[in-house]
Amino acid sequence: MSYIIMIITAIFVNNIVLAQFLGICPFLGVSKKVGTAGWMGLAVLFVMLIATLVTYPIYYGLLLPFNLGYMQTIIYILVIAALVQMVEIILKKTMPALYSALGVFLPLITTNCTILGVAINVINFEYNLAESVVYSIATALGFTLAMILFAGIREQLAITDKPKAMEGTPIALITAGLLAMAFMGFSGVDKGLSAALGL
Amino acid sequence: MSKLGIIINGLIKENPTFVLLLGMCPTLGTTSSAINGMSMGLATMAVLICSNFVISCLKNLIPDKVHIPCYIVVIAGFVTVVQLLLKAYAPAVDEKLGLFIPLIVVNCIVLGRAESFAAKNGPIDSACDGIGIGLGFTIALTVIGLCRELLGAGTAFGFSVYPESFGALTFVLAPGAFITLGFLVAIFNKLTAKKG
Amino acid sequence: MAKLENSTKNMVLSLTAITLVVGALLGLVNAVTAEPIEQAKANKQAAAIAAVVPGEGNEISEPETVTSANGEEAVIFTVTKGGQPVGKAVRAVSKNGFGGKITVMFGFDPNGNILGYSVLDCSNETPGLGAKMPDWFQKGQKGDIIGKNPSTNNMTVSKDGGEVDAITAATISSRAFLDALAQAYGVCSGTEVATTSASQQQNATAVASCENSQSCADCAESM
Repeated sequence: MSYIIMIITAIFVNNIVLAQFLGICPFLGVSKKVGTAGWMGLAVLFVMLIATLVTYPIYYGLLLPFNLGYMQTIIYILVIAALVQMVEIILKKTMPALYSALGVFLPLITTNCTILGVAINVINFEYNLAESVVYSIATALGFTLAMILFAGIREQLAITDKPKAMEGTPIALITAGLLAMAFMGFSGVDKGLSAALGL
Repeated sequence: MSKLGIIINGLIKENPTFVLLLGMCPTLGTTSSAINGMSMGLATMAVLICSNFVISCLKNLIPDKVHIPCYIVVIAGFVTVVQLLLKAYAPAVDEKLGLFIPLIVVNCIVLGRAESFAAKNGPIDSACDGIGIGLGFTIALTVIGLCRELLGAGTAFGFSVYPESFGALTFVLAPGAFITLGFLVAIFNKLTAKKG
Repeated sequence: MAKLENSTKNMVLSLTAITLVVGALLGLVNAVTAEPIEQAKANKQAAAIAAVVPGEGNEISEPETVTSANGEEAVIFTVTKGGQPVGKAVRAVSKNGFGGKITVMFGFDPNGNILGYSVLDCSNETPGLGAKMPDWFQKGQKGDIIGKNPSTNNMTVSKDGGEVDAITAATISSRAFLDALAQAYGVCSGTEVATTSASQQQNATAVASCENSQSCADCAESM
């Protein structure tokens, strides 16, 4: 049951882009078309899940026992960079169709702070492995949802008249602000739901 | 280009926030007040200056094909140093900025400057570029933080300007971050367009 | 100096060398800062205890770690002066914060009256709303809880029938704060644990039904 609350919190209440401000670069950069936005979200889901699965045992098996907690940032970013490269090579060899869809986004993902942020968060929140997996999937879904919604709005926005100084990023940012405001309507839903379910 | 010219360039012409639109996550995430924004800017500036300098010194020792991983290791190293120093000597700042300190590693500004400036210029010039871009980033974050704080809570740098109950709290919360930045970028666009 | 070429040997060598140097450097910085970091944590704790159980020349006992009614870790510090008990400082956690856990240190005198409190972590609460809790419940403020006694006063928010004014538009954070208070009081006053946790559960059900009927008010929490 608590997983349901966790999923709802990560997707709606504490949306990684609109409430936590992670992954803003791809959110603004790759959101001009709904299709691309969706594929980007999928690529993030894929990498985030693998990254969490790999970094979790590294932290608890290697860094913590040897008192190397301070090496977390450096090891994580190297592992993530290496992972992204590997995923790229493996996809290219085994699933060329998927690769041609996701390929262009993969290099971008290394510097996507959602991946590193989630990998660090599951340690900070003291989640166990199952919770970490659920959290990373739900976070990525929240990212995808925000991307697709935002891209949908931007497609419409592109054909409207705007003041010259507002064109491009400024109006996109203000739109994102309104979207964030809409998402704030979800706040408290997690608490209400857990009370209703008697948790 | 003179040393001063390099610094000015980072401040205005290549302002990382308003012109290049890089490093948006900390720009939005840590600017709920002017002080928070400034702390984040200074932490990023420290990393920028050090990593630019060191990468420029090492640029000939690094083969092209592995330059990105090498740069990332250097940057992550300095980020961790800054993180440890903050934890030790300014724990309050570390708590405020939280996750955004380790995330300086993936701030596109730092890696971007390493690639586009430090890899091509001398160590001193690179350090100056770090100062310029870092200052530009710090000023931008402070301005955004100040606007949000002033509109949302009626304070500037923690000092009360008008009664809090008149403030629009939205500006301190998530939506205000996007909206404030959107308008500030539009204003910056308008001003620079007139000059040009 | 000419740029190193892209041979495998060079690539492996330079990457390994850089990683090793950076690793060694970090080890050094870590060794240097380890002590100040511990010191900073200890200072924060000492300052919090001094703030919640005021007075000159107090002696603070070794921390005693217990589990509070919600299964979280709570830490009790017994404060004495010249052998006489002055009170207890209790660090307690509530899981019901707006965005996660909150950690608060409460001070009680030997009769269980609240001497003071200090919020150690409310970083998951909304800025401008729940994050006001470090000031809101202090002496002379709107939600003043100082001097009250959880065994005689009903320490819940007025919306739940209690006598504490919740932070404007942040009922969830206020409930979490009072939950932390109940946890702290529960572990600190040995015998009252049972009654506290029993009334705690009643509160929980009351909160639950309240939450359903007033969900709109709760949505307003963050607006």
